Amino acid sequence: MLPFLSIAKARKLLVTKKISPRELLDELQKRIVTINPKVQAYLSWDYEKAALEAQRADLSKPLGGIPIGIKDAILVQGAPAFSASRILEGYQASYDATVIKNLRAAGAYPLGRLNMDEFAMGSSTETSAFHPTYNPWDLSRTPGGSSGGSAAALAAGMAMAALGSDTGGSIRQPAALCGCVGMKPTYGRVSRYGLIAFASSLDQIGPLTHTVEDSALLLNALAGPDPKDSTSLSLPGEDFTSQLGRDLQGIRIGIPKEYFVDGIEPQVRQCVEKAIAQLTSLGAEAVEISLPHTQYAVSVYYIIVTAEASSNLARFDGVRYGHRSKKANDLLSLYEQTREEGFGAEVKRRIILGTYVLSSGYYDAYYLRAQKVRTLIRRDFEEAFSKVDLLVSATSPETAFRCGEKSNDPLKMYLADIFTIAANLAGICGISLPCGFAQKEGKKLPVGLQLLGPSFAEKMLFRVAHAYEEATAWHQDPPPLL
Amino acid sequence: MASSSSDSHLLDIPYLARLARITLTPQECELFAQQLDRVLEHVALINELDLTDIEPMAHAISHYDILREDQLEPGLSHEEALANAPQQANGLFIVPKVLE
Repeated sequence: MLPFLSIAKARKLLVTKKISPRELLDELQKRIVTINPKVQAYLSWDYEKAALEAQRADLSKPLGGIPIGIKDAILVQGAPAFSASRILEGYQASYDATVIKNLRAAGAYPLGRLNMDEFAMGSSTETSAFHPTYNPWDLSRTPGGSSGGSAAALAAGMAMAALGSDTGGSIRQPAALCGCVGMKPTYGRVSRYGLIAFASSLDQIGPLTHTVEDSALLLNALAGPDPKDSTSLSLPGEDFTSQLGRDLQGIRIGIPKEYFVDGIEPQVRQCVEKAIAQLTSLGAEAVEISLPHTQYAVSVYYIIVTAEASSNLARFDGVRYGHRSKKANDLLSLYEQTREEGFGAEVKRRIILGTYVLSSGYYDAYYLRAQKVRTLIRRDFEEAFSKVDLLVSATSPETAFRCGEKSNDPLKMYLADIFTIAANLAGICGISLPCGFAQKEGKKLPVGLQLLGPSFAEKMLFRVAHAYEEATAWHQDPPPLL
Repeated sequence: MASSSSDSHLLDIPYLARLARITLTPQECELFAQQLDRVLEHVALINELDLTDIEPMAHAISHYDILREDQLEPGLSHEEALANAPQQANGLFIVPKVLE
């Protein structure tokens, strides 16, 4: 089925002229027109502009003719970029993010603005100021978040691939809940220039795709040093597909015992345990290891993330772009009213908490302590990776949850990220891929397997993920037709 | 704005809202106070750790502040920089009067 084609297969059809870039786009356009009203993954898309880009596509380039859906936090020149917030409503990006430039250089082009939690603050795409997105596997459930629009569009065959951003699991968790592949690269691997900042020491852009090979192909285009991002690393160019197809002989996988505790849904646990057995049958050796500071990760994360967010979001003041309150009569009330009207509840809550943990008298007790515990969490991983090549766990302790189930309980929502956030704190890379289905109320819901690797070990993660994917068929199952 | 609603809570929300330059309704103050109390109780977990001699970690990687060559290159034009302004005139952003 054309809409569920992988990039790799679509490229073969394109270069052999069995299909034109315009025909490929038109197939997606048809899907979007019929399915987006139900799933609501896209905030907007500009078919005319995309058609022009498709016509100009250079098929000799590695991603020539491939349209890529873009999370609303990533700037595309001339396109709206609201980060799903009212405070940026009407904003049109004045430049391309470096990842967009890189995608264009590889022959791909951006298609549409994908929904997300407001400023990426959430795990369900319900905090979007515009509308929620629904999970294509069960429309009464969330797609996860914050890159829920990206994952849902992909799962529903409305995108061939999409960009997301991952601050505490925002690529991997929605990929898991929607049954696709989501990669969070090592911090510094991909430029953040042109990503609307949430928490700068944790944010990283990455691909959501149908297959592991596509993920590696996209990372080839996205990665690289950028003079405009002082945290992007100058690393030698790599072909992330170069180890695909290798077997798992000699690979040691670590099973972190703290990630297999009560609170993980039995069906999720079963799928992950079967996946580990599958990996060992493919030649890998499984070893139990410990990440002793795991229980502190959520606390550390919500101190650091809110502190950085309160600082980053100070720029939204109603002066230079976005929403401005009409009620203001002086400069102070202009700031205060604009921010009251422009930010949603979750964003305000996090700014308040971040302001608190950074405020005089509390900085040492919260922010500084959290930064020290962050060091301990990173050391846990360094210790683990001295014994094993990668770690395996569930991406999320549960399958897709019901819309509204956690939206009135911030702490419950925060705990949904329990297996993904430590990777961002440590700066390491991770990938989520489909490893089975749970049955709930007669519906099949995807389960995600998370592989975590040391910094710069993306190639090895792709190798292991690809070997697993080749041996299983989970990724070939599209959701029941909507 | 009443601040008494926060007296029984860990956070003085109206004060923090002023610091953060956000007007909050009394209802928002009360709701956030309740919700953030629970978050802070959870976060207090990290107080049980002995952190003597542990260095704080501000960055995910050991290399940062990597500077580029200081070379001139074109930036946004005046028009582009003002294109998203809520209010502008004479090539300037307009804000309410600051000085009488």
